[in-house]
Amino acid sequence: MIIGLDVGGTHTDVVLLGEEGLIREYKVRTDPEDLFSTVLAGIEHIVEGIEPDRINRVVLSTTLTTNAIVQEKYPEVGMIVSGGPGIDPEHFRTNRHYYSITGSIDHRGREVAPVNLDEIHEIAAALKKEGIRNVGIVGKFSVRNPAHELAVYHAIKDDFGKIFLGHHVSGNLNFPRRIATTFLNTTIRPIHKKFFAAVKQSLEQKGLMIPIHLLKADGGTMSFEASLDFPGQTILSGPSASVMGAIAFASETEETLVLDIGGTTTDMAILVDRAPLLDPVGITLSQNRKRIQTLIRSLETRSIGIGGDSAVRLQDGILTVGPDREGPAMAYGGKVPTPTDAFFVLGIQKGDGLAASTAGIAPIAQALGISVEAAADRIFDEACNVILSQAGQMIDAINSKPVYTVHELQEGLQVHPKRILVLGGPAPEFADRLRTLSDFDVRAVPHWSVANAIGAALARTTCEVTLFGDTQREIVSAPEEDFSEPVNRNFSKENAVEKAFVLLRDKAVRIGADTRDLEMEVTEDLQFNMVRGFYTAGRNIRVKVQVKPGLIHGYQAIIERLLSNA
Amino acid sequence: MLCAKHKTGLVFFPAFDWAISPNHPEREERLLYTQDQVLEEGLLDIDGIIEYKPDIATIRDIQRTHFCVPDEWEVTTESHFISAGGAKTIGMAVMDKQVERGFALVRPPGHHAMRVVHGSRGFCNINIEAMMIEYLRTAYKVGRVAIVDTDCHHGDGTQDIYWHDPDVLFISLHQDGRTLYPGSGFLNELGGPNAAGLTVNIPLPPNTSEEGFIYALEEMVLPILADFKPDIIINSAGQDNHYADPLTNMNFSAQGYARLTELLKPDIAVLEGGYSIESALPYMNVGIILAMAGLDYSRVREPDYDPDGIRQGREVTEYIRRLGDKVMTGWNRRDETRKELQAGKTFDQRRRSIFYDTDNILEKQEETVRICEECGGCWSIDTSSDGRKRALAVHLPIKGCAACRETAYQWYESADPKTFDLALLQDRQKDRYLKREL
Ligand SMILES: [Zn+2]
Ligand SMILES: [Zn+2]
Ligand SMILES: [Zn+2]
Repeated sequence: MIIGLDVGGTHTDVVLLGEEGLIREYKVRTDPEDLFSTVLAGIEHIVEGIEPDRINRVVLSTTLTTNAIVQEKYPEVGMIVSGGPGIDPEHFRTNRHYYSITGSIDHRGREVAPVNLDEIHEIAAALKKEGIRNVGIVGKFSVRNPAHELAVYHAIKDDFGKIFLGHHVSGNLNFPRRIATTFLNTTIRPIHKKFFAAVKQSLEQKGLMIPIHLLKADGGTMSFEASLDFPGQTILSGPSASVMGAIAFASETEETLVLDIGGTTTDMAILVDRAPLLDPVGITLSQNRKRIQTLIRSLETRSIGIGGDSAVRLQDGILTVGPDREGPAMAYGGKVPTPTDAFFVLGIQKGDGLAASTAGIAPIAQALGISVEAAADRIFDEACNVILSQAGQMIDAINSKPVYTVHELQEGLQVHPKRILVLGGPAPEFADRLRTLSDFDVRAVPHWSVANAIGAALARTTCEVTLFGDTQREIVSAPEEDFSEPVNRNFSKENAVEKAFVLLRDKAVRIGADTRDLEMEVTEDLQFNMVRGFYTAGRNIRVKVQVKPGLIHGYQAIIERLLSNA
Repeated sequence: MLCAKHKTGLVFFPAFDWAISPNHPEREERLLYTQDQVLEEGLLDIDGIIEYKPDIATIRDIQRTHFCVPDEWEVTTESHFISAGGAKTIGMAVMDKQVERGFALVRPPGHHAMRVVHGSRGFCNINIEAMMIEYLRTAYKVGRVAIVDTDCHHGDGTQDIYWHDPDVLFISLHQDGRTLYPGSGFLNELGGPNAAGLTVNIPLPPNTSEEGFIYALEEMVLPILADFKPDIIINSAGQDNHYADPLTNMNFSAQGYARLTELLKPDIAVLEGGYSIESALPYMNVGIILAMAGLDYSRVREPDYDPDGIRQGREVTEYIRRLGDKVMTGWNRRDETRKELQAGKTFDQRRRSIFYDTDNILEKQEETVRICEECGGCWSIDTSSDGRKRALAVHLPIKGCAACRETAYQWYESADPKTFDLALLQDRQKDRYLKREL
């Protein structure tokens, strides 16, 4: 049996899945001040009376680290960055103890200027004096040659705790994002480690000696042990839980738009043939008014401020819903009417709140000169229309992404989903209304209110490997995997792909994959002749492979059960 | 967080799957390291730098600018449509005020492509800047255009396209044609009788470095632009003046190009040549993008940059000083020159041969232009190349007067089927292109 747990902004959803389908589901209010108790209470409740040895894994998706970042509550760390020619790395400063050093590597991974060890020792001394324990080291073009990051690492490794190196973060180029991502990993690690170690320990005390997997932003999972080296990857895994929860019910041949309609936001994503679209660069987090752009692999998602608790207003005769929230619905004691109040008025939601909801919507109805029911209808329509128009914008943005080859421009991916899958609390009601307002085939996902937790439970382990070959320099390397090997001049793109698959398989198993779930694919394979003078001096090869995000082996049986008792 | 002072649009189309031939300087690898550097610097993440997907140019876009013989398909590939489309995308983004400035980093280039196209010259088939300009003139009614060509090779194709056009100022800075392809671009190439003086050539001596380029810009280009008062400035931003370029003999650097861009303040830049793909282009393009966006570029330099090592000699400085006097004299005399060239004539004629080095075609042209005080004057070209079709190409300018209009249509309609295989009419006024097989 598998436990899936997804910590959301308002609720934490927990499910217990087995061959018989959904065995149990449980919803508990999230206590943002004490996520540990929330998580533990969720797991304890769901396994009550179940033999511990019947449970073989638990997959958690939590907002813990995201919260730490948004609230800027993290410990001080040291950052050592090496820029070389280009934009001054001072522009990418992440924190107080941030040092820019000399030395540089070029785009092909050749050393241009060496590292100055005296300089490094001085910085190390300064950091130690400040009581810094964890350090991040990032060099420009370190994904082409990590020698400088390693040189700095070896010079200081005995003086500090955990040291994160930029070239481990991602195989993608982007120095500023590599700095930001390395910083995030370095700074959130203590919180991350403490939290999950405590969860693990508590479970063990209850006899649950099960592997803990964490959901990542790309819709895949990794083991808790592996996450200690990449805590950043578990950031913002909430939207990916929803997408994975919808995947089993999406068409195998068509594009599907997934909507997770929650209390404060609606998260949107696109599935193409049951595989989620990934963001080509990396996730962007918001912190106050700042954006933190990272190299953390993630699903292509868009989050908009529309949900059951969005504030409804009437200004100059114009009715608006969201994008903000001013507390709960009036039905639950809030001060501002919301779509949830509209649901009460429309009889979609039943309970004691009806009177408060009606009172809240009445002034709007009066100002519009219509009945309270008609006003509630308008509110519901408006919420749906905002969702549809934002979805349209997301699709347009995906379709207008730049391309770099003639082939891509002519045959590049264009998405035109005709089907929408909705999950979240008010999914069936929204599905009905969205269907009448659009040409989409709209359905609610079975078990819509806990589908996110089901998605987390069933997500497989994913990873990616980037391999770079240069037959003029006679080297093939995947710095992210600490791999580098001499090659001869005949080394080809085909050899590179083969090598990359070997590395990918090892990596996937290392971070917790089941060998039955290694659906591997090539996502990029480029080869360029390097002509110097009038002769071909070598080949420049770039290969990227991944374990496709998807569901674990054997999920079909579970899904069929879910469908039959939906 | 970095934020651009000038909102800048980029189209980046490295055409990773297109080349003239595997060992050609204009090949798949050309913008590879530029892309690496641009991505690694995180330029596309900067606030106020917006990357656009290139549009695909259309046959109509080509027909506003060129006469393709025998037709458009015969002389182009998909890449040409994307590269020209990329320039057009940037042009539209600037005109729609989505961005303040824009840079199309596209390939293949276009500035050697002339009005008539039988094939490829100097790696160029269709003129991507001119196609963009003609589109902007039609769609946005742009009035006066200035093109500053900073490619090391003379922009002979662009010069040819605007030779008779009084609303388009063309300035080319380049390595002296006596020492480099295409062997043109001398001081006495001033434009046709209706647009005399509005073609300005600044042939710089080999080994010119930052000092010479910046001098030419400050003492010639900027004063001429100030006089002409264009509505839009286009930079034909070739990068082969670099000291590491294998095809040329100049000593310009990434810092120099960035400074030049900062001073010129082009509304739109379109990449042309530049073949030091590994040790120069990545740094130059980053420098130019930063300069366009109004960001600090002082730390962008080639690993081997040594300003003293590439400094120009005193004789070069002296030569450019004297050249500047001549260029400015020519510019200041442009009205007299026009009167001299027009004096007593109704039509002006010239004959020339054009060699398509990339495709090995020799074209013969006989050109007739109507001398006109009212407009740029209509013109016709009798064009033929060995063993291929002979065509009569007639052009009516965008602000063509009634008399020129009548003449243009008469030329087109009376084309002799015994002489010509094809009659073509480019009516820029009505924005249409007529074609008759004879
Ligand atoms: Zn030029
Ligand atoms: Zn050139
Ligand atoms: Zn006229």
